[in-house]
Amino acid sequence: MATTEILLAGFGGQGILFAGKILAYCGLMDGKELSWLPSYGPEMRGGTCNCSVCVSDQPIGSPLVLTPDILIAMNQPSFDKFVKDVRPGGKVFFDSGLIEATTDRTDIELFGIPSQQMADDNALKGGSNIILLGKVIKETGIFSLDIMKKGIEKVVPPSKAALIPNNFKAIELGMNA
Amino acid sequence: MERNLMKGNEALAEAAIRAGCKCFFGYPITPQTELAAYMAKRMHKAGGVFLQAESEIAAINMVLGAASTGVRAMTSSSSPGVSLKSEGVSYIAGSDLPAVIINVQRGGPGLGGIQPSQADYWQATKALGHGDFQLIVYAPASVQEMVDFVVKAFDSADKYRMPVMILADGLLGQMMEPVSFPEINPDAYDKSSWAANGHGFKREHHIINSLYLKPDELEKSVVDRYKKYDIIKETETDAELYLTEDCDILLCAFGATARVVKSAVNDARAQGIKAGLFRPKTLWPFPVKEINEAAKNAKVLLSVEMSMGQMVDDIKLAVNCSKPVEFYGRTGGIIPTPVEVLEQIKKIGGTL
Repeated sequence: MATTEILLAGFGGQGILFAGKILAYCGLMDGKELSWLPSYGPEMRGGTCNCSVCVSDQPIGSPLVLTPDILIAMNQPSFDKFVKDVRPGGKVFFDSGLIEATTDRTDIELFGIPSQQMADDNALKGGSNIILLGKVIKETGIFSLDIMKKGIEKVVPPSKAALIPNNFKAIELGMNA
Repeated sequence: MERNLMKGNEALAEAAIRAGCKCFFGYPITPQTELAAYMAKRMHKAGGVFLQAESEIAAINMVLGAASTGVRAMTSSSSPGVSLKSEGVSYIAGSDLPAVIINVQRGGPGLGGIQPSQADYWQATKALGHGDFQLIVYAPASVQEMVDFVVKAFDSADKYRMPVMILADGLLGQMMEPVSFPEINPDAYDKSSWAANGHGFKREHHIINSLYLKPDELEKSVVDRYKKYDIIKETETDAELYLTEDCDILLCAFGATARVVKSAVNDARAQGIKAGLFRPKTLWPFPVKEINEAAKNAKVLLSVEMSMGQMVDDIKLAVNCSKPVEFYGRTGGIIPTPVEVLEQIKKIGGTL
């Protein structure tokens, strides 16, 4: 497989870096080459936040994602800022409850699901990011559900292991959305 | 070997502990802070000392003190903090002490910014402090090299009794990549002839000193040190040569920039342009033999850096100005993109 470049973007606190970390660990579990690069600095303390993840069979060159194959946008400014950069043929995943998807691009695929609302309805507080990941693996096939579960188990710290079933549930919600 | 996923800063800290670093002194600064935070968490469990000093100046002087006793000691910072350490580094060099200094570079001058930069190349390779002295400078380009080079750095520091620097940048410090920790058996160096670690009235006391009031004595100490540097220049250079055998245009880049450039070289090759990459892993000593080997068939060289072109002079000197050396760079915290670099390759390569 060629390199898949993924960009995740949203507000600080929406779990952008965490979702990126899950994708990175999926790559690790899947025996791939990968890189994970956060925006750092003031973004970590609130405001906008984004994260680049590259997954490949080859060593990763530049870890900075400028033309994503997959964009995961969790707020309006992120969608507006990055949708123009998506590679032709790329896929955009976003929270349709928070984002009005206005773009004149016809060479990309848009997948909007009301992930925040779905999380709230299913008592999965803070699970919007994971629900979107479920949609991503269903529509792109980048990782299997099995690898995704392994990735989640790696990222969730032992002290919060009780939350793992909720994350699995969020993935399945996203896959079925 | 088990693959771990770690940030460059954290992987470097873990490797330093495994390499036998027993004393870490530092002061927080973005984008290096995870390194100190990791040390704070792990060092005491590894039987060592972590101490957050009141300033960078204090931290480097604590390194001087710890290194005087013969233990492996390290400090880390980012660009403005490294400037503060320069006096201490000069004293460490003048006292012939082994120590490891990490610079996870950010944009400058002044407080600059917090995004990645390579604008401390001159500082690291030419003048990190006053007086006649050099540091060995390693330039990692991956999280794995953050690990491998810090192990090397401690060994080189002990072997030559001198300060050694890892010149990284914010991108390498912040990114996560798979990394393996090799079996690390730190070489044992006999420090009994100089370490000031307590004589118990059983031997002459050892003096750690950089003050020589008699010029002839000072001159001799400096000249002796430069004989050591000659050996290092002969034996310690290291570089990666990528697709250089038949290249018309040789790109030169180190650290994180070399990753971007490698992508651009691959893109250029796909378009039929014979590009290659020379990546120095040691910035001092500069890999003179290696760059001449890489450049033997090239018609032009192109240095790509996250600075205004600080490595260009070293390249010109190394190839003795036998070929044109062009430059492309971004600075202030902006990372050049493979697309930009490819454009430069085409622009320069188009005239070949």
